[in-house]
Amino acid sequence: MIEIQNVRKSFGTLEVLKGIDLFVQKGEVLTVIGGSGSGKSTLLTCINGLEPIDSGRILLDGTEVHAKGTDLNRLRRKVGIVFQQWNAFPHLTVLENVMLAPRKVLKQPKAEAEAMAVKQLTHVGLGDKLRVYPSRLSGGQQQRMAIARALAMSPEYMLFDEVTSALDPQLVGEVLDTLRMLAREGMTMICVTHEMKFAREVSDRVAFFHKGVMAEIGPPDTFFGAPRTAELQQFLSATH
Amino acid sequence: MFDTALSWNDMIFLAQGAGMTLMVTAVAVLAGTVMGIVFGVLRYQLGTWWSLPLTFVLDIFRSVPLLIQLVLGNAFQAIARLGWEPFTTSCVILSLYTAAYCTEIVRGGIEAVPPTTRRAARSLGLTWWGDMRYIVAPLATRVSLPAWIGLTLGVLKDSALVLWLGLIELLRASQILVTRLQEPLFILMICGAIYFLLSFPIARLGGYLEKRWSPHD
Ligand SMILES: Nc1ncnc2c1ncn2[C@@H]1O[C@H](COP(=O)(O)OP(=O)(O)OP(=O)(O)O)[C@@H](O)[C@H]1O
Ligand SMILES: [Mg+2]
Repeated sequence: MIEIQNVRKSFGTLEVLKGIDLFVQKGEVLTVIGGSGSGKSTLLTCINGLEPIDSGRILLDGTEVHAKGTDLNRLRRKVGIVFQQWNAFPHLTVLENVMLAPRKVLKQPKAEAEAMAVKQLTHVGLGDKLRVYPSRLSGGQQQRMAIARALAMSPEYMLFDEVTSALDPQLVGEVLDTLRMLAREGMTMICVTHEMKFAREVSDRVAFFHKGVMAEIGPPDTFFGAPRTAELQQFLSATH
Repeated sequence: MFDTALSWNDMIFLAQGAGMTLMVTAVAVLAGTVMGIVFGVLRYQLGTWWSLPLTFVLDIFRSVPLLIQLVLGNAFQAIARLGWEPFTTSCVILSLYTAAYCTEIVRGGIEAVPPTTRRAARSLGLTWWGDMRYIVAPLATRVSLPAWIGLTLGVLKDSALVLWLGLIELLRASQILVTRLQEPLFILMICGAIYFLLSFPIARLGGYLEKRWSPHD
């Protein structure tokens, strides 16, 4: 379970997260929507400890992420994250990209890491691209590779930060299909997205971020069907 | 074929000079690169402000002419009673000179690795060291290679200045022969050809590596 308790975070004088309270159950799919600069990406990078927080607590299965004694490198094995920008390791083949962390972080033997990598790459539909360098992949394929790379660490949680935002429209579908598949398989996920149809379809709950505050959260039916706050009503009517 | 007084023994003398040039260059490039990597990572890690003292020292080595550095370095080692041979002094000064340039090359290479790529590496659980070793080092090496090859070729030629400390390297050996045989054009042509033969494989190695790595990005 991911528990976020009254988390505050500033960049200089700009307060980006103004006391966020949120929990995500095992197996739950939470999507997060909200305007640009509302703090969505920042929250995700705080959850796996890439960014420090100013106050509050984030607990991953009871372990406090930002506590002094926490081994972040160890903790991050539990949490996969995929970013908006494609960030393949360009000097490694697709297979090597996916094998790197299992080999070097989990110290898996080569055969085991390779079997896992092939399995995950096949799972996201890249089984025929194993020996190719990432520069030869389309944006959608690069994102699916990034997803496979995260999955190869057998994470318990997956965080997705607008993974389709940098893609050409015709490539969005294949990546969303991959996310749908993960959701069906019971992966615990937080997806930041602008794809409302997707959010409505896969989410157990949807959260709306507005200026560093979580303004509204609820199951998709009521969230989209009967938004309570004026901000969300405005946001939804602007994006439809 | 040529009407020359140059004998086989003179050619061996030139070859020994070339050997000295190669030796001094190899030591300087090796030690300078190792120091350059350490200083470059330090400069990157510490940021502009904290690495100011280091930057300042390295700037001295980059801006003072090498000849002056060699002469002053030799004088200092004598004053400090270090008892260094001219070869040692030459290698130390040339290494620092190389390190000063290499530091900037390394820092530039590290900076060229996109932060988002490194963040992705760290989020997979790689440590700082793992990220450096498996992501930053290979990518920065690719970016830095042309500049590093240029530096190596430069040091090979600049190493001629160690003749001022009395080392008989390739250029000094040629000078000696010119004085004795009075055939400056012919001997300098041979000397130049030897420099070319020393440089060519290095330049080609660079070209080869660049080509080998190019399909990767
Ligand atoms: N490393 C940083 N340094 C300074 N300011 C930052 C940094 N990262 C984010 N910010 C600022 O924090 C605010 C929130 O950023 P964040 O990326 O979390 O927003 P977001 O909700 O993900 O927006 P978007 O939909 O555009 O991705 C923005 O105003 C941004 O400029
Ligand atoms: Mg964002």
